[in-house]
Amino acid sequence: MVQKDNNLTESIPYGLYKLRVKDLDLYYGAKQALKGISINIEPNTVTAFIGPSGCGKSTFLRCFNRMNDLIENVTIKGEVMVDDVDIYKNMIDVYEYRKKIGMVFQKPNPFPKSIFENVAFGLRINGESSKSVLQETVESALKQAALWDEVKDILNKSALTLSGGQQQRLCIARAIAVKPSVLLMDEPASSLDPISTAKIEELIYQLKNRFTIVIVTHNMQQAARISDKTAFFYIGELIEFDHTDKIFTNPSKDATQNYITGRFG
Amino acid sequence: MSKKHLIGPKLQDRLFKIFAVLCTGLGLLVLLILLIDIVLKGIDRINWSFFTNLPSRHPEESGIYTALAGMVSLLFFTLIIALPVGILSGIYLQEYGKRNKLAKFIEINISNLAGVPSVIYGILGLQLFVRTAGFGNSILAGALTLALLIMPVIIVSTREAVKAVPDSLREASFGLGATKWQTIRRVVLPVSLGGILTGIILSTSRAIGETAPLIVVGALAYVPFVPEGPMDQYTSLPIQIFSWTSRPQQGFIINAAAGIIVLLLFTFILNGTAIYLRNRWYKKTTI
Amino acid sequence: MARIGIKSEKVIEWVMILCSMVSILTTVGIIVVLLVDTLKFFKEVAFISFLTDTQWTPLFEDKHFGIMPLLSGTLLTTTIAILLAVPVGITIAVFLNEYAPKKFTAVIKPLLEILAAIPTVVYGFFALQFVTPLLQKLLPNLAGFNALSPGLVMGIMIIPYITSLSEDALRSVPKSLREAAYGLGANRFQTAFKVTVPAANSGIVVSVILAVSRALGETMIVAIAAGQQPKLTFNPLESVETITTYIVQVSMGDVPQDSLEYRTIFAAGITLFVFTFLLNNISFWIRKKYQQRYE
Repeated sequence: MVQKDNNLTESIPYGLYKLRVKDLDLYYGAKQALKGISINIEPNTVTAFIGPSGCGKSTFLRCFNRMNDLIENVTIKGEVMVDDVDIYKNMIDVYEYRKKIGMVFQKPNPFPKSIFENVAFGLRINGESSKSVLQETVESALKQAALWDEVKDILNKSALTLSGGQQQRLCIARAIAVKPSVLLMDEPASSLDPISTAKIEELIYQLKNRFTIVIVTHNMQQAARISDKTAFFYIGELIEFDHTDKIFTNPSKDATQNYITGRFG
Repeated sequence: MSKKHLIGPKLQDRLFKIFAVLCTGLGLLVLLILLIDIVLKGIDRINWSFFTNLPSRHPEESGIYTALAGMVSLLFFTLIIALPVGILSGIYLQEYGKRNKLAKFIEINISNLAGVPSVIYGILGLQLFVRTAGFGNSILAGALTLALLIMPVIIVSTREAVKAVPDSLREASFGLGATKWQTIRRVVLPVSLGGILTGIILSTSRAIGETAPLIVVGALAYVPFVPEGPMDQYTSLPIQIFSWTSRPQQGFIINAAAGIIVLLLFTFILNGTAIYLRNRWYKKTTI
Repeated sequence: MARIGIKSEKVIEWVMILCSMVSILTTVGIIVVLLVDTLKFFKEVAFISFLTDTQWTPLFEDKHFGIMPLLSGTLLTTTIAILLAVPVGITIAVFLNEYAPKKFTAVIKPLLEILAAIPTVVYGFFALQFVTPLLQKLLPNLAGFNALSPGLVMGIMIIPYITSLSEDALRSVPKSLREAAYGLGANRFQTAFKVTVPAANSGIVVSVILAVSRALGETMIVAIAAGQQPKLTFNPLESVETITTYIVQVSMGDVPQDSLEYRTIFAAGITLFVFTFLLNNISFWIRKKYQQRYE
């Protein structure tokens, strides 16, 4: 459902933003989980969503690739524009669309298949069967995910034999193999050890050149380290959205200040 | 405030423990005696001719050849009918069925069907397949009846197997843009295959042991020929055993015991395989 | 790049829906088939005499159509089975749950499950050829076909049904309850029967109901060892005929289709169906009602 906003104060130049959200409300049944969220995200940036648990940041993240469609009883109002197309109003083929947006989940979830087949999965469901194309794409994706050197000799082994950190990088490779333009990451390092976490963070920094990345994290230091801009959420509302340095050194809102300094959450 | 027990609590505990061990022993003892008794009665009759002979009026010449042939044909047709329908139903109910009233209704329906006595399926088969559809006392009628009988087992085990696949795998698949059926075919089914296979084997084991519904739909007791097609008449091993058991001559009793040994072998091998598969599959999905 | 279209997705979904409908059609089929010929049956036989006549002789010259003899046969054998299976089954369940070490349980449970996997024709043979002669040594006036022998064997067969479900029910009782009892100084017997069993009673009751339903519907054991003469009696030493045996007996004979004798199958069948249907649904209702307690 699209609501017309009559109080448009800014006119937004066409094509400047990768992701644009306007007055988004989300309800689980009668309970409202997201209230009036508006945010504009530029291409090739890393944006961090921070906030206490249960504030709706993961829910909001999932709006971008319509994963909330999979949950029953969810109602969404407002505009979510990706590349200036409202994905809730104008979208007919959700499945095609999801290929343009990659998602990495909190707990690594590789398929119980070989490493190669995991990365090739997205291509296969598109009907790609040419061995050379698959091989090329898989290798490229694994290289971009900084995993190639570790697995290039064991591509046929089950993905479940990899360590947690490797599995997560595999999931990243799997996501980028279908060449999306946006990467959504839901606390990708929260189940990993510090060394793997550092590797993932470095990876994100490098991937920024090719993708627009939105990362949900409850680790403020991580947000400070890797993101260009940070959005602070609290009880379903977007409290503040600004350049990361500003958020962490001199936030405008008290609530943000309180969260950052650890007074709650 | 202490109540005087007739038997002190310590003694109660002890006595119960003894009683419980006896009960457990009873069940196992009876099982053991049953197996030993039957083996003793029938083992001598087990030889090559027993397997290759057709039934005859003379017990020493009677064999289970046609019964085995009938059983195999019956099983074949039963499975090719029951498996696709049952597995697809199970997948649908688990993956597509929403938490609405229709889905709940179908669930209760299947639970009910699982509890219906097998003779009733026989009556259904008699009226529907033998009479109304005109299939007569054929393998087809028997197979259709058995298929309906084992379907709840297949549906339930398919559902359980599919349910056990973690949602995180489905999410990963959807996140990559796969459709529902693609996700089922490429992710869910391969992972749940072990569980589904276990269900198939268990329902097969059930099917080969069924006697009553087959009698009602006209499987004969005396079939001195091997069925050639689905419209032929037939017999099966349990029915042959039943027929022999009902005869007074000692020779037939021995034959029945021998037939039981063969039937039990099949049953135990199938069930054992199912349990083995279940354990292996369970380990695989819980890594 | 070929891709499966949304249309074929829909087709696949419809195929699956049709398959799911089969189960509904089966139930409808059973009810319709039983009802139609039962109604035809009652056009010729008065409902009252069906319920009250003490003889069942549809295949003889002097025809009586009272269901009581068959019912008494069914109930007699079932009762014997239940009297054996329930105490033994529940005792084993409590024992495995409260007393036995895990390794013991892991070995014993599958062994008991074997009892449930054995084809019933095998049990029938065992009842006729081993149990009856054995019992005749103890009870000389035991008839060759009787209700006691198949009843006991059915009881053994049913033990795993009761044990398995009761054990699940006992296991789902939260540890905290047991710990409270032990903390107050109760021993295992007291804890089991004063705390755990009462807490799990809905699950145990369900297991008993389902076991009864299973026993009512059993055919081969009674067909082989109980006899084929319908008799209104509650003496387990005599031969009886159950509803299930009768159905099989008539099917084996040469009864002309669409005759009154043929229709007796349906009248008998629907009686059995009504009993098991009621029992099964009562057990589902109980299970649903009490499931919320610990979940």
